[in-house]
Amino acid sequence: MNLLVNGKRIQVPATVKTITDVKNHFNITNPVVIVEHNGEILDKAKHPEKEVADGDKIELVQFVGGG
Amino acid sequence: MLIIGDKKFNSRLLLGTGKYPDFETQKEAVNVSDTEILTFSVRRMNVFEPSQPNFLEKLDLQKYSLLPNTAGAKTAEEAVRTAKLAKASGLCDMVKVEVIGCDKTLLPDPIETLRATEELVKEGFTVLPYTSDDVVLARKLEEVGAHAIMPGASPIGSGQGIINPLNLSVIIEQANVPVIVDAGIGSPADAAMAMEMGAEGVLLNTAVSGAKDPIKMAEAMKLAVISGRLGYEAGRIGKKRYATASSPMEGISV
Repeated sequence: MNLLVNGKRIQVPATVKTITDVKNHFNITNPVVIVEHNGEILDKAKHPEKEVADGDKIELVQFVGGG
Repeated sequence: MLIIGDKKFNSRLLLGTGKYPDFETQKEAVNVSDTEILTFSVRRMNVFEPSQPNFLEKLDLQKYSLLPNTAGAKTAEEAVRTAKLAKASGLCDMVKVEVIGCDKTLLPDPIETLRATEELVKEGFTVLPYTSDDVVLARKLEEVGAHAIMPGASPIGSGQGIINPLNLSVIIEQANVPVIVDAGIGSPADAAMAMEMGAEGVLLNTAVSGAKDPIKMAEAMKLAVISGRLGYEAGRIGKKRYATASSPMEGISV
């Protein structure tokens, strides 16, 4: 399956079915990860159930230092 | 006590989290500053390279109110999106509106700042717009519901201090919500001056993170803000052209 993640087109295995799977695919350990899926900002509680499909656009963002 | 929307804070120093030499220095500087509000930015994760430690993992987030900024936004729409992304973390509902209109001076775009503030207030955020020191704009931001007004003392990161005290004093005088002086503070004297003028708080980043000793400067800023506030509440004496003796003029033994 092809996904557009943070502006980069990538291929993920068929086992990646949900947003949580996408996070696990990238070994994201940061507890604060915010996900935008096809332009929709997701509540954290939705990550395990929200399914992804071929061609989906996903943004994974976090908090970084700033003033 | 600093009251922003329905939130109350003992500390009047808001601290940015950018550009510290290392995480340990940052953690200690934040700690000694006694700040209760930390600002930060929202950015894409670098998921394609090995994970690097994130500053939030080093801080006890329960101790602080988080104030995400919308830095990077050039339009109201971009600022609103960034604010919503930050809120989706479930960690904050305050936002510092920051819509930059000039890459060289990093001065805010007044029109987009006003639009973003209005929209985010409607969406239920606690909104603190970073604004230029424009008196009329400050009033309009308050009219659309801003919970605090954050005029810059001088351009971001410039360390020039308060370059237009007249405008700042009028903004403070007319405001019915807290005025927090944001950006341009360079030294403890600048922070104390802002507080003496009646600002309810000071937000700074580079003045601490870029200091030779950020930890010591964090403490200096803490004390400057406390000192300036006390001075404001105490009410300074008026300035006179000539001297007034402090010692009695009578009973001089010669």
